[in-house]
Amino acid sequence: MELTRRNLGAMCAGVVAAAALAGKSGLAFAAEDNGTAAAIQAFTGGAAVAEGGVTIGAPEIAENGSTVPIEVNADGADAIMILASANPNAGVATFEFSTLSGSSSAATRIRLAKTQDVIAVARMADGSFSMAKRQIKVTIGGCGG
Amino acid sequence: MNKALALIGAVALAGTTAMTAVAGPGPDDDQLVIDGMIIVTEVAAPEGSPFDTLYSGWRYRSDETQALQVDDIENPGFSAVDDGMEIWQTAAGASGKSCADCHGDIDSFKGLRAGMPKWNAAAGKPWALEHWINWSITEHQGGENWKWESKNMLAMTALISSVSRGMPVAVQVDGPMAAAFEAGKELYYTRVGQLDMSCSNCHEDNSGNMIRADHLSQGQINGFPTYRFKWQGLGSIHRRFKGCMDNIRATPFDRGSDEFTALELYVAWRGTGLGVEGPSVRN
Amino acid sequence: MATVKPRVKVPKSAAVGEVITIKTLISHDMETGLIKDKKTGELIPRKIINKFVASFEGTPVFTANIEPAVSANPYFEFTMKVPGPGTMRFEWTDDDGTVYETEKNIAVA
Repeated sequence: MELTRRNLGAMCAGVVAAAALAGKSGLAFAAEDNGTAAAIQAFTGGAAVAEGGVTIGAPEIAENGSTVPIEVNADGADAIMILASANPNAGVATFEFSTLSGSSSAATRIRLAKTQDVIAVARMADGSFSMAKRQIKVTIGGCGG
Repeated sequence: MNKALALIGAVALAGTTAMTAVAGPGPDDDQLVIDGMIIVTEVAAPEGSPFDTLYSGWRYRSDETQALQVDDIENPGFSAVDDGMEIWQTAAGASGKSCADCHGDIDSFKGLRAGMPKWNAAAGKPWALEHWINWSITEHQGGENWKWESKNMLAMTALISSVSRGMPVAVQVDGPMAAAFEAGKELYYTRVGQLDMSCSNCHEDNSGNMIRADHLSQGQINGFPTYRFKWQGLGSIHRRFKGCMDNIRATPFDRGSDEFTALELYVAWRGTGLGVEGPSVRN
Repeated sequence: MATVKPRVKVPKSAAVGEVITIKTLISHDMETGLIKDKKTGELIPRKIINKFVASFEGTPVFTANIEPAVSANPYFEFTMKVPGPGTMRFEWTDDDGTVYETEKNIAVA
């Protein structure tokens, strides 16, 4: 299901339930809820999410939050959803692969408003889900610019 | 608030200009190779330079930032080169001519960027690349001036820089250029603004050190126009000069002003021998 | 001025079964809708590329559903296992409905 700003509002009702689920799976999210839990809920339909099997390639420290190069990989996945746990909105992008894909991996550049965890949730071909998260530090420039 | 800032600035400087105990990380050792072409990012400084060795700004950036300049397809500034090529070939102005109609292939401009700013005898002063472009557009094409920071201007400077890529920066600073060179040098070393700082305080006294989380470079301009992450787009040399002046709470000069053109000449000389990288990628 | 122009790097030829890397870049401000216009104080409306699809001979290979958190001048890099010679098509969809596209042919060595 495509995650849009429009249907995120509609999912608000599911947020509490999702947070409870998240708590069960031991995942910690940003204090202010930016829709991370709801987005995972929508993507997984509430299914259990294993940890591992997904890698996020990213700098430890981003020189500028406007353009942070990242790479995601999950062997055997047919889709990977990327979320930013402390951005104004959680959604970043969802990649879909196919039988013509050489690998279930892709790279792009993303905007991070501040230091936070970037989360990648992968949907495997067998219908199971896996995830990984990685903290990326976002710094302020030298003279404030 | 402003007094406090000035005080902090002064204290910080007192510490730094008196030889800091802790040296910063300095430029890294990475080599810049684009499509098989080695770009000189480290070179012996010219006679009279305060440095022994010159380093391109590329050498001060993180691995991830550097990687974006190694393959043109990954360089977000390169879309502008394509746009520049389209402009080059498009008839415009009252003349109904394209740049190509008079100048032929863009390769005829090889070396041009490496020697900017250049003396204009008729104007009696040095001109930056943007001045020359606007002159041609108005005088020869019969069109309207482009704004210094417009998409068109950045596309054209990106295109023209790209065909000088790898060529060593070499500007004339003697003869008629001497007066502007000295004026630019004086600007470089003059403290201005509420923070009472000069270009040299950061880029000479502290190049290689960290200012908060930012890694200070030598302030070279061989990579301009540059795609700055902060701008999420390309920007000109004079834009960067203005930004620095804004940061130290000084009233900046205008893009295209005699002051910024003189400063550009002096700063270009400070990068003599470094390879032209435009359009480059920086933070 | 020039319209939005995509850039794509694809090997011109590959062996059948070879995994190739495809790199794409398109110039676009990716206006998030969260930034205020300095002069008017009004929010600049959101306007982004919200979808990117790469397909080979009509079959989707890679799709990106994109939110405003993707950086300006969106870059996507992905892989394909070459099934044979053919044409790759790349499409970027703007919020305003415009579809930017380009094609590249892949020959088989």
